[in-house]
Amino acid sequence: MSGGMIYAIAGAILFAMGATGVVLLADLLRRTLAFNLMGSGAFLVLVGLAQRGGQPDPVPHAMVLTGIVVAVAATALALALLRKLHALTGRTQLPEGDVDD
Amino acid sequence: MTETVIAPMPWLVMLPLAWATLAFVLGPGRGARLALVALVAQLVLALWLAAQVSAGAPQHMAVGGWPAPLGIALAVDGLSALMLLLTQAVALPIAIYARAYFSAGSEEGRHFWPLSGMLLAGINALFVSADLFNLYVTLELVGLSAVGLVAAGGGTRQVAAALRYLFATILGSGAYLLGVALVYGSYGTVSLETLLPLVTAEAPRLVWLAGGLMLAGLLLKTALFPLHYWLPPAHGGAPAPVSALLSALVVKASFYLILRLWLGPFAPLGEAAGWLPALLGAGAILWGSVMAIRAARIKTLVAYSTVAQLGYLFLIFPLLAPDGVALQAGSLHAFAHGLAKAAMFAAAGALIKATGQDSVAGLAGVAERMPITLFAFGLAGVTLMGLPPSSGFLAKWLLIEAALGQGYWAIAAMALAGGLLAAIYVFRVLRQAFLLAPSYAPLHPVPRTLEWTAFALAAASVLLGLRASELMRLLAAGGAA
Repeated sequence: MSGGMIYAIAGAILFAMGATGVVLLADLLRRTLAFNLMGSGAFLVLVGLAQRGGQPDPVPHAMVLTGIVVAVAATALALALLRKLHALTGRTQLPEGDVDD
Repeated sequence: MTETVIAPMPWLVMLPLAWATLAFVLGPGRGARLALVALVAQLVLALWLAAQVSAGAPQHMAVGGWPAPLGIALAVDGLSALMLLLTQAVALPIAIYARAYFSAGSEEGRHFWPLSGMLLAGINALFVSADLFNLYVTLELVGLSAVGLVAAGGGTRQVAAALRYLFATILGSGAYLLGVALVYGSYGTVSLETLLPLVTAEAPRLVWLAGGLMLAGLLLKTALFPLHYWLPPAHGGAPAPVSALLSALVVKASFYLILRLWLGPFAPLGEAAGWLPALLGAGAILWGSVMAIRAARIKTLVAYSTVAQLGYLFLIFPLLAPDGVALQAGSLHAFAHGLAKAAMFAAAGALIKATGQDSVAGLAGVAERMPITLFAFGLAGVTLMGLPPSSGFLAKWLLIEAALGQGYWAIAAMALAGGLLAAIYVFRVLRQAFLLAPSYAPLHPVPRTLEWTAFALAAASVLLGLRASELMRLLAAGGAA
């Protein structure tokens, strides 16, 4: 097993943990952190799988940089909305029973 | 050949990006006039692009002269030209509507113009992108600006809906991104064109996993039943112009991407699984319609109608393989629903503004006082029910033709049943509106613009049925089928 493969497998595990957190965690701050874990997992897979033949591949690095920018923007938006929700309701969880109206 | 300064393709992305940025710099609530001028130009560009694609070869371009894999490749074929046309055709009337809807200094409209500009730039960029990673970036751009628009109302309900929507959309694009990573790891490319001959039915299991992840993520973003939980609060709770943009365009963007992948590189993998989207689509039609029939609030009703109508788009998947009829049915339905649903949300917004409340029960008596708005709602309903001569009728006709031609009786029956269910929830609103008001209920006057833009969109969705052959020629021209 190559070094890159270890990163890719670790990335897949991180992604699965993060995705589980986004689905199951009720606290929105934890959910935001879980989303970041998920994103980092996907980036690790991208970089890990592309390290074939001992030569690093520059294209996925450029992709990961772009992906990080997107993840930071999404995190900022999530935190801003979360602060607004906290200011309105005093809670950091979604109100119950609003789903199907 | 097309790499001149005035090629329409990049400008469809650049223009909304430019007016969105300018509107942001101008400050809250400003930039409406700028947006309207630019949107007229965008509509002209989209028509021009459609004419180019219709007349000749598909359009390609490497942005800034940098070829793939480092540069960004753009490509437009019949399907993307059609979706670009729909986007601009909905965006212009909705912008006119929004300018009248958000009175000066209103809290809801403070950030509408920059966010909707970003949204349109993202949608247009998605339709012209030709590689999986660039598509991911545009998906995120669309998702994040849509979340911002949902939150713009600022109330607890809107913020909660926006957060729910945000986590759904980033979970979806996260799954899509992991799929892209696995595809790149397997083939060393993300270009749709290069991947096309590489992916075969004997592809390694990793590629199947990638396809499954991308599909699941995109289905979540398209709100296909049972992954629709986030849509009704987000679309039903946002201000009317935002709801119209979201229901008419944003969900179509991720649907387009599913269709693009299913017809393109993942076609060998998709053949085995076409029944899955169709089954979920049938579930969406039933569940969405039943919830729309039961909804107490008018915008929740229209939002659940979107859940149901999205179901039709997925009925085409088992029928795609042999000829282009199912693709025509799906694209025409996406177009028809886009116009009709924008009209319906616009009309609903005008009714809510006039009656000062948002329940279906409170509509009693509006028929004689707001006939144009109600007529617009009814016309949009005609398209959703699929009555002739509307474009919805043609879409349904093509779908049934394709289904019967290939012996899928269940799909044809589902299309007919969905039309009947749509009739129930549309007539529920109309019946209520024609009732006599129980007591004297004052109506607030609403700007004429609100009523007439809703009417124009609804009329377009019906009249499109008469000009559908041009759209179908455009679809076939780019070789999307």
